Amino acid sequence: MQRWKMQQSKTARNLAAVIFGAAAVLSLVAASAALRPHSATAAQEKTGAISVSIDNFSFAPSPLEIPAGTEVTWINKDDVPHTVVSTDRKFRSQALDTGEKFSFTFQDPGTYQYFCSVHPKMTGTIIVKRAAAANPARTGSGLLANALALLRL
Amino acid sequence: MSKYIEENLDRDGVDRRGFLKCMAWAGTGTFCLLQGGVLKSFALTDVLRKNAGDLKGDLSFVQISDSHIGFNKAANPDVAATLREAIAKVNALSTRPSFVLHTGDLTHLSKPEEFDTLAESLKSLKTERIFYVPGEHDVLNDNGQMFRERFGRGTQGDGWYSFDQKGAHFIGLVNVLDLKAGGLGKLGPDQLAWLEKDLVRLKSSTPIVVFAHIPLWAVYPQWGWGTDDSEQALSLLKRFGSVTILNGHIHQTMQKIEGNIAFHTACSTAFPQPQPGQADSPGPMKVPAEKLRSLLGVTEVNFVRGKHTLAIVDSTLQG
Repeated sequence: MQRWKMQQSKTARNLAAVIFGAAAVLSLVAASAALRPHSATAAQEKTGAISVSIDNFSFAPSPLEIPAGTEVTWINKDDVPHTVVSTDRKFRSQALDTGEKFSFTFQDPGTYQYFCSVHPKMTGTIIVKRAAAANPARTGSGLLANALALLRL
Repeated sequence: MSKYIEENLDRDGVDRRGFLKCMAWAGTGTFCLLQGGVLKSFALTDVLRKNAGDLKGDLSFVQISDSHIGFNKAANPDVAATLREAIAKVNALSTRPSFVLHTGDLTHLSKPEEFDTLAESLKSLKTERIFYVPGEHDVLNDNGQMFRERFGRGTQGDGWYSFDQKGAHFIGLVNVLDLKAGGLGKLGPDQLAWLEKDLVRLKSSTPIVVFAHIPLWAVYPQWGWGTDDSEQALSLLKRFGSVTILNGHIHQTMQKIEGNIAFHTACSTAFPQPQPGQADSPGPMKVPAEKLRSLLGVTEVNFVRGKHTLAIVDSTLQG
């Protein structure tokens, strides 16, 4: 967790450098970030922990990108029960009533699809990156790569 | 004839305006008469005003649905009370129903105490027998084991079964188990194989009544209001002259006719849900307290032998 925070502050410095150098590129970066999966930090900043909200029959944020070893907590904010079930049965919650939570720690990198077994139209995705390489959009090289990719478009 | 049948271009007893009124919520209630698979609809208030004697047949039964015992949120903080009102409504019918069908979501969270409350409440129903099928809320954590132990004794497979009454064949199906990511309700190959076997001995003139929790037609797949493999079941039913399919799940009345198959969904006894696509999600709908009982209700069905006729009456808890 400590390492993750350090990475964030490094990200901030890198971001400042990019702003200083090329404002036009930055706006493209912002656009690209909006298209990318939500990062763990976005969910973290709101609640202090990495959480996925179950609200209005949907999982948010989804897809969610996290570094390996991260614990994710789902919170049911609906008036009806939901479940969190991995499609390949790697994790499975009991029915969560209103306000109830379920947590799972993702140790291995990979893409995890999950759904609500009560309302199977509700689906979500967790993308687990190797701890050091997680969230490339927040690193300087990642920002540049994204900007260049968009310019090519 | 009701004022709801004003023009009848297809000679099917239903005009477009009448059908649309029939599709509306049960705010005033709807009475539906089925003849050879053709639906005729009347406003319930019209039916109640005149002598309903001609609607009586060899068999009448009642459908109740979606009691959600254990639910206590703003949409209805006292679902036990509205269930009691539904029971009182059934007990007040001039003809005692031969049996009652509960089309699922007996409970909200599949808890033993919720099943207890439901079973205790329904003991006061004046009828010979109650038949059940599970809703997804009844099978939350154990694949329906507790439900089957309490309400599904003697059933086949994961809880499906059939029985005969006064010449009509009744089939209870389970479409809430082992649902797949991104999908809808599911019957599954085992149940479909059983259904095929169950129907094979029947004459095509036998009236069929199928009941299951999630609609067996695509009401609104975006909200999961449909069953992925229902077409396979419906194809097995196509040869029969009169098929009525009764479902719950969507907490509002809706009807549709497809060939000789008439589909009907019942109100909840607990809380209303929005019309398809009229809200962000299909969650419980909060309505003003004085309006709640006009959106909850029970369904009465009369079967007339020989005419292959089912008359379906939806009545709300209000009035």
